[in-house]
Amino acid sequence: MLNILKSGFFTTVQDTGRFGYRDKGVPVAGIMDSYSTSKVNTLLENDPNCAVLEITMTGPQLQFDEDTYIVLGGAEMSVTLNDIALENYKVYQVKSGDILNYGKLEKGFRAYLGIKDGFNTEAVLGSRSFFKPITEKDSIKKMGDLPYTTCKLFNPKISQLKVDSVLDKSVLEVYKGPEYKLLTDNQLGKLFYREFSVANENNRMAYQLNETIEENKVSMLTSATLPGTVQLTPSGKLIVLMKDGQTTGGYPRILQLSDMAMSILAQKRSGDHIKFKLK
Amino acid sequence: MSNFKISVRQFGVHAILVEWPNKVEESILDEILQFIQYLKKNQLSEKEWEFVPAYNSLTLICKDTVLDFDYFKPKLKEWYTLIEKVSLAPRYLWRLPVSYDLEFGLDLQEISSQLGLEVERLIELHSNSIYTVYGIGFLPGFMYLGGVPEALEVPRKSTPRSKVTKGSVGLAGKQTGIYPQDSPGGWNIIGKCPVPMFNVKNESPCFVTVGDKIQFYPISMAEYQLHKIEAEVGIYNIEKIVLDA
Repeated sequence: MLNILKSGFFTTVQDTGRFGYRDKGVPVAGIMDSYSTSKVNTLLENDPNCAVLEITMTGPQLQFDEDTYIVLGGAEMSVTLNDIALENYKVYQVKSGDILNYGKLEKGFRAYLGIKDGFNTEAVLGSRSFFKPITEKDSIKKMGDLPYTTCKLFNPKISQLKVDSVLDKSVLEVYKGPEYKLLTDNQLGKLFYREFSVANENNRMAYQLNETIEENKVSMLTSATLPGTVQLTPSGKLIVLMKDGQTTGGYPRILQLSDMAMSILAQKRSGDHIKFKLK
Repeated sequence: MSNFKISVRQFGVHAILVEWPNKVEESILDEILQFIQYLKKNQLSEKEWEFVPAYNSLTLICKDTVLDFDYFKPKLKEWYTLIEKVSLAPRYLWRLPVSYDLEFGLDLQEISSQLGLEVERLIELHSNSIYTVYGIGFLPGFMYLGGVPEALEVPRKSTPRSKVTKGSVGLAGKQTGIYPQDSPGGWNIIGKCPVPMFNVKNESPCFVTVGDKIQFYPISMAEYQLHKIEAEVGIYNIEKIVLDA
């Protein structure tokens, strides 16, 4: 078990998400920055669907009670294992009793903790990803624990990776969305030439952007939305749906983020700037 | 031959959007469901694909791989011409109990005066109608129902509630439905249904499928309390009638 001494601001268990229930209105959920976690799971020689901890803004304090191996990734935070500083994308052995402590957030917004063979928390509808009320909890709580399988010996093929980090990127590559053709020249001009900043309303469901483009008068019948769908509201606001985003919506879907753009945006917080670029 | 012209469009690299004419019509919904049935049986494995129908659209989502849209576009148009050969999966009319008690029907009196209808008449109209499920989304198990009688069309509340409780039955514009969980919401609340619309403990967590029909019937507060307990312990049987395909 991994004992939770402090939970951090918002820490969840995530895998690649729930598949097959979107026609019942269940969001996919899953890892927000899948680019960074793919590196984490690769280093641990884990299946890509192995569950990791997603640590948002401020990190937890965790104590291991069985031997295993871990890899950190995503946002850069000052992390120590029994007071020894750790780096991202490097395999570390941990022993029973070791304490992992997350300190200051240096860069990015979501850090990841991968563990050999993944966390074994309960899977609901085929996924371990926290999403209330599908799962009982929305985030990990102090005094709780997270099960994992002991690993005494693991000889990683690669012990450290140099990762082309998403943290410094701010250009989001997008595809044209289904309602792209509704956009006027004026709207298109603003959409691709100006910078947008992330609004305070940003979470695992959606990222709103502060700047608006011209208002949109067109209404449409409710239709499916996806993680990465950019919706244009009647007031001209842009909403980027993320992994916990609703499965259907009635606002025009003007753009669709690439997978890499989703990972880049997942590392942004209120006030950070982004630009859209058509792929 | 299929009756409608469809458009097939790319929706990112993992999904394809198939659209029918921009109308709310049962005949369109029937063709969408028939197309889903055909695709599941003959072309696209449910292990790899998700099928999300809503009103006049069907979104096909592929699990991991990047789609070859140039391959699928003509294929989907071709497959669409073959749908007549499949029979539809059985569809159901679900009869759901609703307590229209004023304790639950928070906005009943207000909309009764807005619409110029006695509360009793309003309840009668709401529960006599049969509604079609045109989509499920917004929240897990939230149904988009069509078929609200014109006399019941009432605008959504000018100020949404920050919390509408689970099971609340709402009415707004041409739509009615049940909030499957506590949620912020702007619909007028007219009653409460004791049957949970979504339960992760069930093999099929949401008993309703797009294309099914819903009818509400009024129950007393005492019946509500009883059914709620029955549902909680898992002995409440939801009344269903098989519809002819």
